[in-house]
Amino acid sequence: MNVTRAHNVVDAGLPGGRVLLFAHGFGCDQNMWRYVAPHFESSHRVVLFDHVGAGGAQAPYDAERYASLEGYADDVVRICTELDLHDVVFVGHSVSAMIGVLAHLRAPEVFAALVLVGPSPRYINDDGYTGGFDRADIDDMLAALSSNYLGWSSAIAPAIMGTPDSPELGAELTQSFCRADPDIAERFARATFLSDNRADLPLVSVPTLVMQSRDDMIAPMAVGQYVAAAIPGSSLAVLDSSGHCPNLSAPDEVIRAMETFFAEGR
Amino acid sequence: MAAPDATSAFQQALLGDDPAALYEKAPCGYLSTTPDGTIVKVNETFMTWTGFVAEELVGQRRLVDLLTPGGRIYHETHLAPMLLVLGQVKEIALEVVTADGARLPVLVNAVLDRGPEGEPRVVRVAVFDATERRRYEQELLLAKRQAEESERHAVQLAKALQQTLIPPTSPTIPGLEVAAAYRPAGAGDEVGGDFYDVFQIAEGDWTVVLGDVCGKGVEAAVVTSLVRHTVRSLAVTERSPRDLLHKLNSVLLSSDPDRFCTLGMLRVHRDEEGWEVTASSGGHPLPLLLRPGAPPETFGEPGMIVGAFDPAHFSESTMHLGRGESLFLYTDGVPEARRDGELFGEERLLEALAAPATLPDLIDRVLDQVLEFQRHHPRDDIALLALRASGSS
Repeated sequence: MNVTRAHNVVDAGLPGGRVLLFAHGFGCDQNMWRYVAPHFESSHRVVLFDHVGAGGAQAPYDAERYASLEGYADDVVRICTELDLHDVVFVGHSVSAMIGVLAHLRAPEVFAALVLVGPSPRYINDDGYTGGFDRADIDDMLAALSSNYLGWSSAIAPAIMGTPDSPELGAELTQSFCRADPDIAERFARATFLSDNRADLPLVSVPTLVMQSRDDMIAPMAVGQYVAAAIPGSSLAVLDSSGHCPNLSAPDEVIRAMETFFAEGR
Repeated sequence: MAAPDATSAFQQALLGDDPAALYEKAPCGYLSTTPDGTIVKVNETFMTWTGFVAEELVGQRRLVDLLTPGGRIYHETHLAPMLLVLGQVKEIALEVVTADGARLPVLVNAVLDRGPEGEPRVVRVAVFDATERRRYEQELLLAKRQAEESERHAVQLAKALQQTLIPPTSPTIPGLEVAAAYRPAGAGDEVGGDFYDVFQIAEGDWTVVLGDVCGKGVEAAVVTSLVRHTVRSLAVTERSPRDLLHKLNSVLLSSDPDRFCTLGMLRVHRDEEGWEVTASSGGHPLPLLLRPGAPPETFGEPGMIVGAFDPAHFSESTMHLGRGESLFLYTDGVPEARRDGELFGEERLLEALAAPATLPDLIDRVLDQVLEFQRHHPRDDIALLALRASGSS
């Protein structure tokens, strides 16, 4: 299966322009970037994709390959290789921030810069490290997941999210956004929230922008500061936004921070 | 349009109900929040359920602050993005942590209201008590997990059982090459009904058996096991394959009326020029004799199914298998392989066997062709076994 079908790759924007590769986090799909990515289409080649099991990705799921974030990072490298992308600015939200770090370490020749939105190298508290969660919280989240995916397998599942009052969004989006096979979602949740990539941060060797919401309970301020301090030469942009998804709730802030970063020649 | 009298009756009733009470005492919790989630308005029902007073909530907390840690992650990774992209969410299962620390299972519907410029303005949230429903769902989830677990267990058991019914490797017999293949039907997660066995009676004296018991699964495994062990014990004293089939017939008849099988039974005895082969068939496709430079031909006489008839008739034939000559045994999963109603058939089998090959290659070739013919989804088990008299000792 070619990579475009496998990962629902959307390749838009300025042909021959500098590549911005947008990666979504756990839970939803490339529509997480719908208020940010279009802004860059006049100045950049804008590439979006869905991780395995998310949105329109057709890639077959392999429990072993995707047991850790490495498998997801391999996919990112594969997308770059097959589309022959170079000098890539990787823009990763949430867990995809760390997936981008891993992809960069795997194929340093491909990536020119990293933009990490709400990154966390480890979600669970550890000796002298505040990740924001205990192990029990993660189990609690897995329970919340399975409770919300109850109706997934039944034939009526896609209709549940139907939004007759906003037809402009399109049936496909309303049916697939933030919905995934519960087994895959649970495994992705485990790979995400049990990961520990702290040791990878000092190895990053490209200009990096860390974007931190003023108030984010998934990746709290202390975590954003930790990431910025651990990646050599990185800069930290604190957004005046609340919640873990500034790309949706404060897209203008995200765009501004990226443009400032690019203007600094990064 | 309702009839005028019904409409006025409704309006009458509505006038009697205080609009504030409609909100405050609604049969669901009702919250309004700013786009970042800060609670700006909350109804009485919600406060009664959760034990909070308005001063603790309004302007003080966000909805997400009232959730369990797991629910907060779900809120941030699913609910908030859906609300911002789709404008609404429905039937989201969460747990609200009440003022005294207890967990209240709820279902949440929420709508994002946008201003004239499209800017998010207010989020309206309806909260439904889902205590009973959640308890039932938990039981369903538990039952689902248990069912999945027992299925995994059953598949594992079937695979382990299957392995005990087929020799793990072909035995090494001086002067006689043996190759075999077994492919269960479907995805290979069920115990099949085909089996084979090759075992030694004395030096240069071996029994070879290949068969197909009726049915699949545990019942088939019971019959296979019975047949295999009966054949093994009878072969020690019974030199004649025909007489052995008669005794096996009696054993199966006395065990259960439904337990029957087809069998190809060979007794091979080494002599100076190769092997003397005595064969008897119990309702099974006859072995094919492959001689270099000659077309394949069947060997032996047909016989009745074993375990179905009393009395039964079996016959016996003897031949000499010279160096380089082979005997090929198979189950009906080969000729009866189907594709769109068409059978693989004897013709294709004979063609597949025509060109000379090493014994393992011959087995692989037949298996590949039969599987390919059925697009790799065999509906019946396939067992293949071949013997070739070789030069060296």
